[in-house]
Amino acid sequence: MNKMKIHISKRASLPWYKAWAIRGIAILAALVTCAVVTMLLTGENPISIYSTIFRGAFGTARRTWVTVQDLAVLLGISLAVTPAFKMRFWNIGAEGQVLIGGLATTACMICLADKLSNPMVIVCMIVASIAAGAVWGFLPAFFKAKWNTNETLFTLMMNYIATQLAAYFIIVWEVPKGAGKIGIINQSSEIGWLPQLGNQYLLSIVTVALLTVVMYIYLNYSKHGYEIAVVGESQRTASYAGIKVERVIIRTMVLSGAVCGLMGLLLVGGINHTLTTTVVDGRGFTAVMVSWMAKFNPITMIFTSLLLVFLSRGAGEISSAFGLNHSFSDILTGIILFFIIGSEFFITYQISMRKSAGKEG
Amino acid sequence: MFDLVSFIPRAVMQGIPLLYGSTGEILTEKSGNLNLGIPGVMYVGGICGVIGAFFYEQAVPAAEMHAVLAIGIPMLCSLLGSLLMGLLYCVLTVTLRANQNVTGLALTTFGVGIGNFFGGSLIKLTGSEVPSIALSATSAYFSKSLPFAGSLGWFGQVFLSYGFLAYLAVVIAVAASHVLKRTRVGLHLRAVGESPATADAAGISVTRYKYLATCIGSMVAGLGGLYYVMDYACGVWSNNAFGDRGWLAIALVIFTIWRPNVSILASILFGGFYILYLYIPSGLNLSVKELYKMIPYVVTLVVLIIVSMRKKREDQPPASLGLAYFREER
Repeated sequence: MNKMKIHISKRASLPWYKAWAIRGIAILAALVTCAVVTMLLTGENPISIYSTIFRGAFGTARRTWVTVQDLAVLLGISLAVTPAFKMRFWNIGAEGQVLIGGLATTACMICLADKLSNPMVIVCMIVASIAAGAVWGFLPAFFKAKWNTNETLFTLMMNYIATQLAAYFIIVWEVPKGAGKIGIINQSSEIGWLPQLGNQYLLSIVTVALLTVVMYIYLNYSKHGYEIAVVGESQRTASYAGIKVERVIIRTMVLSGAVCGLMGLLLVGGINHTLTTTVVDGRGFTAVMVSWMAKFNPITMIFTSLLLVFLSRGAGEISSAFGLNHSFSDILTGIILFFIIGSEFFITYQISMRKSAGKEG
Repeated sequence: MFDLVSFIPRAVMQGIPLLYGSTGEILTEKSGNLNLGIPGVMYVGGICGVIGAFFYEQAVPAAEMHAVLAIGIPMLCSLLGSLLMGLLYCVLTVTLRANQNVTGLALTTFGVGIGNFFGGSLIKLTGSEVPSIALSATSAYFSKSLPFAGSLGWFGQVFLSYGFLAYLAVVIAVAASHVLKRTRVGLHLRAVGESPATADAAGISVTRYKYLATCIGSMVAGLGGLYYVMDYACGVWSNNAFGDRGWLAIALVIFTIWRPNVSILASILFGGFYILYLYIPSGLNLSVKELYKMIPYVVTLVVLIIVSMRKKREDQPPASLGLAYFREER
C-alpha cells in the first residue's frame, strides 16, 4: 500500500452537491450489495427483493403508519444524542437514558394510578421521565467536566445499570406474580396512557416532528447551539472566548438525557403501554450512527433514519417470507453503515495518483 | 453454606470469554483504536466456529471424526471470521480514517446480526434435517479436560476441570502482557497508542502497528466467542445467548487498567459477579437477583471514576485512544 504513489490530502472544501453525490453513490452501492447478499441467501432476483422490502415497509396503511412511527422513535433518539455529539461528547448511553425514562414513566403509571387523577398522573409521568433521563445524562457529564472521565465508557456502563434497574422493577411489579413481565399497564382504566391524536401512531410522530424543528433552531440559531459548536471544535478556543466549558458540557448532556427520557415516555406511555428491558431495542446505539451519518443536522437525520427504518422493516418482511431469522435486518444495516462510513473519507480527503517509474498505479 | 468448590469453576467458565475479549481489546486499544465492535467480533468468532463445525459434523459421522480436524476446522473458521471483522474495522478507521465510535458500533450491529442470522437460519439455508444446532461431538473435543482431573478432588475441580481453550486464554493473556511490557514490539505499540506522531517520527510504521494490533486483538476476542459456544454452551448455539459479555469485556479493559495479566483474575472475578446471584440466598425474592447482576458494571464505573480522579500517568487510557492518525495533520 505504501509503495504505491498515492497522495492523500485534505480537501479545502467540497460543494454540497458533490458531497451528496458521493454519499448517493455510496448508498446506491450499499443497496446493490444488500441485494446481492440477499440474492445469495434466498435465490430471489433483486427486483423482487426490493419490491418485498418496499411492501414490508409501506405495503398497507397500517404498515406505513408503523414504519413512520418507528422512524419517529429512531429520529427522536437521534435528535437527543445530537447536541452532545456536536460537542464531541461521545454519549453512547442513549439506550440507558431512554430506558430509565421509560422506567420512570412506568413507575408513575403503576404507583400513582389509584392515587391521582389521570391528567395528574400524566403530568407526573412527563416530569419524572424527563428528570430521570436528565440525571442519567448529568452523571457522565459531571465526571467528564470535573475529572475528564472517559464519557464513552462511562455512558456504556450506565446502559447496563439502567437495564438491571429496569429488570429489578419489572420483577417487583410483575403481573401475575412469577410471570417475569409487567404486561399491559392499567389495561382496563387506561390511566397514564398518553392521549391519542386521531390514531394511535400520530402523537409520537407529531411530538418528534416538533422536536426536530426545535432542535434545528436550537443548534443553529441559539447562543447555546453556538457554544456547543465552539466547544466541539476546540475546548481551548471556547475557554479563551469566555465560554464556561464545564457548564456547557453539563448543560448539553442534561438536555440530551432529558430528550432521551422524553422518548422513553413516548415508548412506554404512548406506544407500548408496558416496559421490558429490551424496549429500546438497540436504537440508542443506532441513533449514534444516524446522527453521525447526517452530520448532526436534524433535517438530514429524517432521511438517514428513514433509510435505516425502511431497510429494517423491509428486511423483516424478507425474513418472514423466506423463513429466515429476523437479524437479517442487522446485517443489511451494517452493510449500509459501512458504505456510508467509508464514503466520508472521499468527501473529506482528496486522492491524487502520481506516476512512479516502472510501477503501475 | 457458600459452596466455593462448585462456585469457582463456574466463575472461571464465565470468565474465560471475558478474558479473551478483554485481552483482545487491550491489544487493540494499546494501538489507539477503541474498537467498540468487540461484542460483534465475538459473535462472529462464535458463529464461524459453529458453521465450520456444523459442516464437518454433517460431512463426517461422529464416530469417524478426527480430533485434530474437529478442533482445527472450527478454530480456523473462527479465527478467519474475526480476522475479517478486524480488517474491516482497520480499513475503515485506519486507512479511511473514519470515526472509531461509529465504526465500532456499526461493527457490533453487523456482527451480532451475522451471529443471530446464521445461528437462526443455518439449518434452513443448508436444507439439512436436524432440528437444532447442537454440535455435541465437536463440543466434546473442545471441553475435554485432563483425564486425571476427576481423581484429584477439589484441587482437580478448581484448577484442572476445563477445556484447553481456557488454559490457552491464560497463556495468551500472559504472553500479551509480556509483549506489551517487556519487548520492543510492545514498546513501539504503546508509543503508537500514546502519540502516533512521535512514533511516526521515530520511524515506526503507525499504520502497520494499528492493523496488526487490531487484527490480532480481534482474533483473540473471537476465540472468546468460540469458547463460549463450544465449551461453555456444550456446542449449542442459541440466539442472543452470548448476551452482553462483549460489553463486559470492554468494561474489564478499564477495570484492569489496560493490563492483560491482571485481567486473568479480574475476568474470573467478573465471571463470579455474573453468576453470584445464583448463589445468594434471596429466598423468594427473585427481584434482588437482578440487582446483583448490576455489580460488575457499578464496580467498573467506580474504577473508571477513581482512575480519572487519581490522574496517575500509568493508569490512564492510551492518550490517542479513539483518534485517527493523519500524518499531514500534525
